[in-house]
Amino acid sequence: MNVHLYVWQRLTAALMVPLVLVHVAVIFYATRKGMTAADILARTRGSIAWASFYGTFVVAVAIHAAIGVRNVLTEWSPLKDRGAGIFASAFGALLLLLGARAVVAVVLP
Amino acid sequence: MTMRHLSHRQSVLWIAALVHRLSGLTLAIFLPLHFLTLGLAIHGEAPLESFLRWSDQPLVRLAESGLVFLLLVHMLGGLRVLVIENLPWRDGQKELATIAAGLSAVIALILLARLF
Repeated sequence: MNVHLYVWQRLTAALMVPLVLVHVAVIFYATRKGMTAADILARTRGSIAWASFYGTFVVAVAIHAAIGVRNVLTEWSPLKDRGAGIFASAFGALLLLLGARAVVAVVLP
Repeated sequence: MTMRHLSHRQSVLWIAALVHRLSGLTLAIFLPLHFLTLGLAIHGEAPLESFLRWSDQPLVRLAESGLVFLLLVHMLGGLRVLVIENLPWRDGQKELATIAAGLSAVIALILLARLF
């Protein structure tokens, strides 16, 4: 792993610690008496705060997971650095796209 | 490979690194599905509600609890890496940090089991 990827992976990891804690707290809160789509969307729709929170989360996790997948492929698969990099970049782009779509779906009124 | 070359695999640090890697890999596989599910709301409340009622099945709830557990394990394992890399730790303390992360994960699992 080169230095840039190493730093990005650590930075996104540090950024996601509080995000994960809040996300897990929300899961505990939302599931305390069953989870409905109406409850979820009432909380998120039109909320700039949740849009920013989950938007940041999606960007951070897409970068972090892509770098992690690249490391695993480099060490555990026959792919060379270039192949692993292409696959990981495509995976990161997919996460970014699907994640952004999910945020839009739950946040737009 | 000789036993001597595999002996590091009994180290608590090696096991912690493997757990961190496998939990991360599982979460990476799960994430696109998670995003696709939430994306159902783009067509309105009904498709998401329909999925959530499907997910009420005990096996699906168990899998969801498992994923939350893996998320916590991966986060704690990541904290362990950040602490070890950025603070002047000595060898014995690394093992202590790993045991602490493991204990935290067990506590997280107990909390999840109570919820389930």
